[in-house]
Amino acid sequence: MFADYTTSELMSIFAMQGFAGLILFSVFVLMALGLAIIFGQMGVINMAHGEFMILGAYITYLTSNVFADYMPNLFGAYFFIAMILAFIAAGALGMLVEWAMIRHLYHRPLDTLLATWGLSLILQQCYRTIFGAREVGVTLPDWLMGSFQLTDIIEVPINGIFVMTLAVGISVAIAALMYKSRWGIQVRSVVQNRPMAGAVGINTARVDRLTFGLGCGIAGVAGSAFTMIGSTGPTSGQLYIVDTFLVVVFGGAASLLGTIASAFTISQAQSTMEFFLSGSMAKVLTLLFVVFILMLRPQGLFSLKVRR
Amino acid sequence: MNSSNTDFVLAVEGLTVSFDGFKAVNDLSFYVDKNEIRVIVGPNGAGKTTVLDLVCGRTKATEGSIKFRNKELTKMKEHQIVRAGVGRKFQTPSIYGDLTVFENLEISFPRGRSVLGALAFKRDAEVLQRVNEVAGMIFLDERLHTRGDLLSHGQKQWLEIGMLLIQDPELLMLDEPVAGMSVSERRKTAELLRTITKDRSVIVIEHDMQFVAEIADKVTVLHQGKILAEGSAEHVKQDPKVIEVYLGH
Amino acid sequence: MSYAGLRSLLPKNDLINFAVLALILVVVLPLSLDIFRLNLVGKYLTYAFVALGLVLCWGYGGILSLGQGVFFGLGGYAMAMFLKLEASSPENTAIQSTPGIPDFMDWNQLTELPWFWQPFHSLTFTVIAIIVIPSIFAYIIGVAMFKRRVGGVYFAIITQAVAAILTILIIGQQGYTGGVNGITDLRTLFGWDIRTNEAKYVFYFLCVFMLFLCLGVAQFVRKSKLGRLLVAMREMEDRVRFSGYDVANFKIFVFCLGSAFAAIGGAMFTLQVGFMSPTFVGIVPSIEMVIFCAVGGRLSIFGAVYGALVVNWAKTTFSESFPELWLFAMGALFIGVVMAFPNGLAGLYTKYCEPKVNQLIARFTGKSNDTSAELAPQMKTEGGNP
Repeated sequence: MFADYTTSELMSIFAMQGFAGLILFSVFVLMALGLAIIFGQMGVINMAHGEFMILGAYITYLTSNVFADYMPNLFGAYFFIAMILAFIAAGALGMLVEWAMIRHLYHRPLDTLLATWGLSLILQQCYRTIFGAREVGVTLPDWLMGSFQLTDIIEVPINGIFVMTLAVGISVAIAALMYKSRWGIQVRSVVQNRPMAGAVGINTARVDRLTFGLGCGIAGVAGSAFTMIGSTGPTSGQLYIVDTFLVVVFGGAASLLGTIASAFTISQAQSTMEFFLSGSMAKVLTLLFVVFILMLRPQGLFSLKVRR
Repeated sequence: MNSSNTDFVLAVEGLTVSFDGFKAVNDLSFYVDKNEIRVIVGPNGAGKTTVLDLVCGRTKATEGSIKFRNKELTKMKEHQIVRAGVGRKFQTPSIYGDLTVFENLEISFPRGRSVLGALAFKRDAEVLQRVNEVAGMIFLDERLHTRGDLLSHGQKQWLEIGMLLIQDPELLMLDEPVAGMSVSERRKTAELLRTITKDRSVIVIEHDMQFVAEIADKVTVLHQGKILAEGSAEHVKQDPKVIEVYLGH
Repeated sequence: MSYAGLRSLLPKNDLINFAVLALILVVVLPLSLDIFRLNLVGKYLTYAFVALGLVLCWGYGGILSLGQGVFFGLGGYAMAMFLKLEASSPENTAIQSTPGIPDFMDWNQLTELPWFWQPFHSLTFTVIAIIVIPSIFAYIIGVAMFKRRVGGVYFAIITQAVAAILTILIIGQQGYTGGVNGITDLRTLFGWDIRTNEAKYVFYFLCVFMLFLCLGVAQFVRKSKLGRLLVAMREMEDRVRFSGYDVANFKIFVFCLGSAFAAIGGAMFTLQVGFMSPTFVGIVPSIEMVIFCAVGGRLSIFGAVYGALVVNWAKTTFSESFPELWLFAMGALFIGVVMAFPNGLAGLYTKYCEPKVNQLIARFTGKSNDTSAELAPQMKTEGGNP
């Protein structure tokens, strides 16, 4: 399949596809980080995670409309406001869901999976009722439009770079929060030994709720970023949920570093193959590859050997 | 007591297991005789439960050998080790709460262990007789049709011991069989242990030194994955190192 | 088999359940519904096969597969391939550029029947393939997962990924599979038109017959020691392992059995509905099949049948009158059945109706009930945080 191209063309193709892969990687990372926190730290499968992401996307869409109608001169800055609003909205909904549903199901992971699937159906229908079945897109502010011309073949879009920067920034922030802050220590201690954490005075119920809220909030930010590179529909979230789960599982559920590494592998594989094969075959091969690796190494790429 | 050196039931040699560099069991060697009751004691984290895990295949050894009747166990799968004649009781009672005492024991009866065997399994006279016999030994003959969930903690411990007895293993490993039991339950358990240890070797992990002295033929003291002392209960109790790290002054 | 043996296999309550279900499916529904509605019921019943398999896998064994649509689809496609080949005889397809191959292949510029389609000229091969191919596929997945002790949510997600892979593959390989439209326009079985009312009656009763066959197998498995082992494994897998069982083999067996049931259901679907498409294979249909089982009661083989009927009937009714409400109802169903009624309809029946039914029977037969020692293994409703 490489025979039709010259070496320099191939290099450029790899560079371009590599960059396209990086944008996919950013979306994966943003979605998977939230999921990894919730699944890895709490052992809860949140099938509605994609819908939390879409909530963030719709919030961004609304914010951009409000800015366009009432504050057109500030339009260039709407995205930052939208991101914060998306985080708050998705996080608040997440905490509500944790309180109403998840906390009753902590010892039944499979049931959580089904219940959150139900939640995702309800949210999808809500979006459809409120925003309509058609996909909506946001207007990008001027400074995000256009692209850099690197060579005559390679050009990189600015919005892609922005999304990537965002993904990196949020990953660093999460890592700092989890491994450096007092709250991160509390979360990790609750994960490792719930009764003991409770006994030393950590309010485990509150930690659970905040963790779930944080995971959902990050999903909201992911949705916000998602609007930069694609349009949003009621079922857009569902398209990503299986991929994202595979990213998390593939990375080794409890490891943030693993999540990022596996998001990188999967997105690069998919995007490079997409150029040479049809999109659907690229996806099939990527998924098969991941499933195959998981059969060889079920604990994921990064995980510790622990004493039972 | 026979003490022929060539005919040990269990011979553990140079056994080491490390978890990410931490050696939970470090170059451990010990031998268990036929019909011997061996008690393993030691402070928390000494590697006692890990040793049992290694013998029954739940944890794979990094190095060393475990021979059961001259058969190497380290390469075998858990169910093969069980079928070879090693029975293991867990620290917390592991029984099937949704099944009755009868069904709990029946599942442990060593027949029909393959898929087809389990489909074709019949509750015949032999099974009924054996289940009733064991239920009597573990003081549960009145409760055969009670769900496992509804038993008391002590009764659950007995039930799990019963589930091992019905397999009739040659080597029985018990992890803290009297933990959480009342005084009277403890007494009954000691009595139970004495009856079931005829004709088989037993390894027991236990903390209660009085109980240990009551049942043990030989005591092994573990500390940081290594043997600190070995010998009769009296002998071990006098050992200054054991007093230092485990028994206290 | 001796009377006592039969009695332990089919205690009185189950006998009544079998009889009531037979009465409903064989007598009441065919007499009270027109053929259009009866055909719909037949379609719903094909999902009952899947739900039945899930009762054994998930309810008993604790293995939740979110990819049962894969096996439903494999069975359905196998049946559809046979019927499609018959519908694509050279005479019927004379106007195509390559006569004698299915129309969608012709549209996709295929000039030859692909090798894997060839054996589906034979009905014998097809019937065997319907059961064997999905079972082999399930066996491969089962060995790869269970021998390596992958279970729980990991297994659920991986089966879900398999469902996604197969759907994308079917849609992508249009020329070989009919793509997103699936395999349609199926007409005859050995020259006998399958679209007539007469054929629909025949297929309905065939479907009911197969369902009872599968129910019989499920009942046998459930009442054998294997059934109790599955419950034991669900609770204390290690204890079962250290009682000398190779736990993975039992999981593989029950997963294959559930897949074979699903595949039979898929084949029955193709016969009664007249087409097969990727919409019955993917993630969404697969997880919906789980809800049929959950609504019926994940531990009740009869519940599975009623669950499939009730949920699908509700789906049809809702979608006819309030299409926008159906997703809300479905979502609420998922949440409600998990949080409030983990034993589903069967749980409600056992709690509220069965005692009264037993009283009635006792009054009529004039003897007291045998309080059978074997109690149905109920789901424990483990409370969450206090």
